[in-house]
Amino acid sequence: MPRITVSVDGVTYEEEAEPRLLLVHLLRDRLGKTGTPVGCDTGNCGACTVTLDGRSAKSCSVLAVQADGSEIVTIEGLARGQEWHPMQEAFHAEHALQCGYCTPGMIMAAIDLVRDDPDPSEEAVRQGLEGNLCRCTGYSNIVRAVRRGAREMARRESHQEATTS
Amino acid sequence: MTEQLDAGLVAERIAEDDRLGRPSDRREVGRARRRKEDARLLTGRTTWTDNIQLPGMLYVAFLRSPMAHARITRVDVSAARARPGVVAAYGGQDLAGEQGSLPCAWPVTEDIVIPDHPPMAVSEVRYVGEAVACVVATDRYKAVDALEAIEVDYEPLEAVVDMTEALAEGAPKVHESGNRAFTWKFAQGDIDAAFRDAPVVIDRTYVQQRLIPTAMEPRAVVAATDGETFTLHSSTQIPHVLRVMLAMTTGIPEHRLRVIAPDVGGGFGSKLQVTAEEVLALLLARRLGRPVKWTESRSEGNLTVHHGRDQLQRIRIAAERDGRIRGVKVELLADMGAYLMLVTPGIPLLGAFMYNGIYKMDAYDFTCTGVFTTKMPTDAYRGAGRPEATFAIERAVDELAHELGLDPVEVRRRNWIAHEEFPYTTVCGLTYDSGNYEAATDRALALLGYDALRAEQAERRARRDPVQLGIGVSTYTEMCGLAPSRVLGSLSYGAGGWEHATVRMLPTGRVEVITGTSPHGQGHETAWSQIAADALGVPFEDVSVLHGDTAVSHKGMDTYGSRSLVVGGVAVLSACEKVKDRARELAAHMLEASADDLEFRDGSFTVRGTAEGRTIQQLALAAFAAHDLPDGFEPSLDAETTFDPDNFSFPHGTHLCAVEVDTETGESRIRSYVAVDDVGSVVNPLIVEGQVHGGIAQGIGQALFEEAIHDPEGNLLTTTMADYLIPSAADLPEFVTDRTETPATSNPLGVKGVGEAGTIASTPAVVNAIVDALRPYGVHDVRMPCTPARVWQTITDAGPPEASGPDETTDFGPAQTPEGGAR
Repeated sequence: MPRITVSVDGVTYEEEAEPRLLLVHLLRDRLGKTGTPVGCDTGNCGACTVTLDGRSAKSCSVLAVQADGSEIVTIEGLARGQEWHPMQEAFHAEHALQCGYCTPGMIMAAIDLVRDDPDPSEEAVRQGLEGNLCRCTGYSNIVRAVRRGAREMARRESHQEATTS
Repeated sequence: MTEQLDAGLVAERIAEDDRLGRPSDRREVGRARRRKEDARLLTGRTTWTDNIQLPGMLYVAFLRSPMAHARITRVDVSAARARPGVVAAYGGQDLAGEQGSLPCAWPVTEDIVIPDHPPMAVSEVRYVGEAVACVVATDRYKAVDALEAIEVDYEPLEAVVDMTEALAEGAPKVHESGNRAFTWKFAQGDIDAAFRDAPVVIDRTYVQQRLIPTAMEPRAVVAATDGETFTLHSSTQIPHVLRVMLAMTTGIPEHRLRVIAPDVGGGFGSKLQVTAEEVLALLLARRLGRPVKWTESRSEGNLTVHHGRDQLQRIRIAAERDGRIRGVKVELLADMGAYLMLVTPGIPLLGAFMYNGIYKMDAYDFTCTGVFTTKMPTDAYRGAGRPEATFAIERAVDELAHELGLDPVEVRRRNWIAHEEFPYTTVCGLTYDSGNYEAATDRALALLGYDALRAEQAERRARRDPVQLGIGVSTYTEMCGLAPSRVLGSLSYGAGGWEHATVRMLPTGRVEVITGTSPHGQGHETAWSQIAADALGVPFEDVSVLHGDTAVSHKGMDTYGSRSLVVGGVAVLSACEKVKDRARELAAHMLEASADDLEFRDGSFTVRGTAEGRTIQQLALAAFAAHDLPDGFEPSLDAETTFDPDNFSFPHGTHLCAVEVDTETGESRIRSYVAVDDVGSVVNPLIVEGQVHGGIAQGIGQALFEEAIHDPEGNLLTTTMADYLIPSAADLPEFVTDRTETPATSNPLGVKGVGEAGTIASTPAVVNAIVDALRPYGVHDVRMPCTPARVWQTITDAGPPEASGPDETTDFGPAQTPEGGAR
């Protein structure tokens, strides 16, 4: 059975992975990283979105063996100690979640979206998150939250640059 | 735990201006509090049922019928049993002696047919997806792998897919007894008189397509036993009801069965059920003596989570020439699917008292026939009966307006109950306690810019713009707050509609609220904290809300039907008042004053006119210490309440939708959507707005995108999220929402419920808008979902607008009487 090495939320794991094992099942069933849920079996819902070497990926559509050597960040790895990521803060402030099942994937996808478009328009957020489905919120508050989170990410980044330069 | 983690952040956020308005005083109720629930959900520390891992846990996978209707002649699981990692494999026959029958708690008529419903099919399958065998293995992959080794022989029987055909003479039978489950009638006033010589009669038939609820969290179950007691974790809306029903179904004594609904990822009615998988997981855990987990895949769920809607509605309105409605007659066929599940037959009846909507009339007549087909059973889906009723009356009233050449808002004005007429007893016998339809409608019209849009519509019609504009109106009410137990009894429902709450004053002054409601996204932990904080005068942060575990919250009726705040929230308030009464007695004793001389403010009892007082926290500690209590005073301030409402509550509102329809492609684009809802007093405007948003989205889903489609053999063709389309962010506009507020008079909080409002209102608003856009093309209805293909086909079928193309003499002009008279 193939052996793989992955880093998940800053911890390195060495695992034997059956070739057909999905990344999301490796995370959930083997590594106990249950913060990333599964919402469908066709790659449509996006609930299982994580970042794989910095880019968002639906972990139900990646085999564990494909992730060999990769660095994975899940929703559990976003906060720095007590401090939430700005996107987590924004989702809370804008009431962008109800049942919360889509939220981990939505936040991970939103962060990747902002990486490409640091100040996304409403339309850009709607198009950019088309692959992440939510059944509770009707998306209005999610759109607001992503734009708020983007602004805060930019603010923190410029603050960081100012303090390090 | 989560509060500790985020105490600083939470405080910071609460300090920021509440986007939806600050409260006028220090009251918690009315504040846009950010939710207590969020911390664990945002950081991935949630306990979804599928997250639970127990030592020695086994996984079950089900083999499901590939046929809609067949006799099972042989099941052989022996080869599966021999597969590596497989602990057990069973067919229905192996479980027949102990699996019982899934319950139906709503026998709506005396002569209703309630067929036996084995959790695992034994001799006959009646829908695609029905479980016929199972494998229990050491991991989920091995369990699924071994399913292919099971052999099942079927003798195909005829599928019964269409309701009308199912009732035809000689139709193949779903059950031995035939395809009619029940016929339920309700009549008020003289309907014949209303229709006799009526100047205008509208007669329409609408199809409420079958929907798949699609909560984001697929169902999951973990069953465990120590040999004596049983614990069932389930992704359910109804842990309390489930416990009772499972005890009755499996014979496991109720007091040895604990049901836990951990974090639950949405329900929308779909988890208001006693499922085959819950029963079977429990039986397998009992048989094998090890924990058993089942988690459905989405495609398995599309097949086997109960479906919603699926009704054929004929609605007739008799009216005067000035638009005043004389009476309404409704004939309904409701597709039950193959079996009657928990409340299947009652769903259409929840709409039976709502087809009159917000309108005054003298006569009403309702008949519903429940029909068996070889499809997944239907049951509660957000709104449950009321969206169907609202859709029919709101579509038909638009037809009436068109028939009379009147503005659809004007026809509604001429018929609705005026605000000064409340409380108003409707033709159906319900007493609407409060409302103001004028205020909500006027506000909505202003927010939409109704007149300007009508002008644009006329302009587009005049220049024959291929992209036409339509404006849809929906003025709805609903009956919420399920429900007065006596009313449920009169409708033959199997249980009451009360709700329970306990308030525990802890020695340190902190408060635990235990509720019988079972939230799965609604924010009860936050809203109930707000109610308790105000009532007891304690900080919001000092309240914890416990729920969803029958060992903690021993009594409840759970969450559905927009009932939680209206019944459960009121129970919390009432329990707090009892705590306060006890605290007052203790305070009077400690202050050596008469209880009547004490006033309660901001959490303290003080002797009127003095500074002397005791805080409720001090009183909680004094009751705990019990050193100095009044004679006969039990050393506790705790209290509980079981609240049974006297009446339903009746939220209402006006939703307006402007849609652009491209007549060349059939594509509809929602340009603006305005919702003004009146849900009575509001505990947390942020949560209310969120519920409205989500509700609107689901209603739009029915109008534009969603349909469970079966082929003639009864195969479901929409088994994945690629085939069954729920709206994405890119499919929806930003919603404009506002509220008017007429407090309910039927409960001390003045609340009415908000969970279903958006879904009930939005579907007819959208379809009315599309039809409004297409009137000049001779289109008077578009079947849902109004997909581009279907809209285009409808336009094409209506034929060319006129030989020379649309012109002013047809509907392209301003609203006028096109032909008048009865159709």
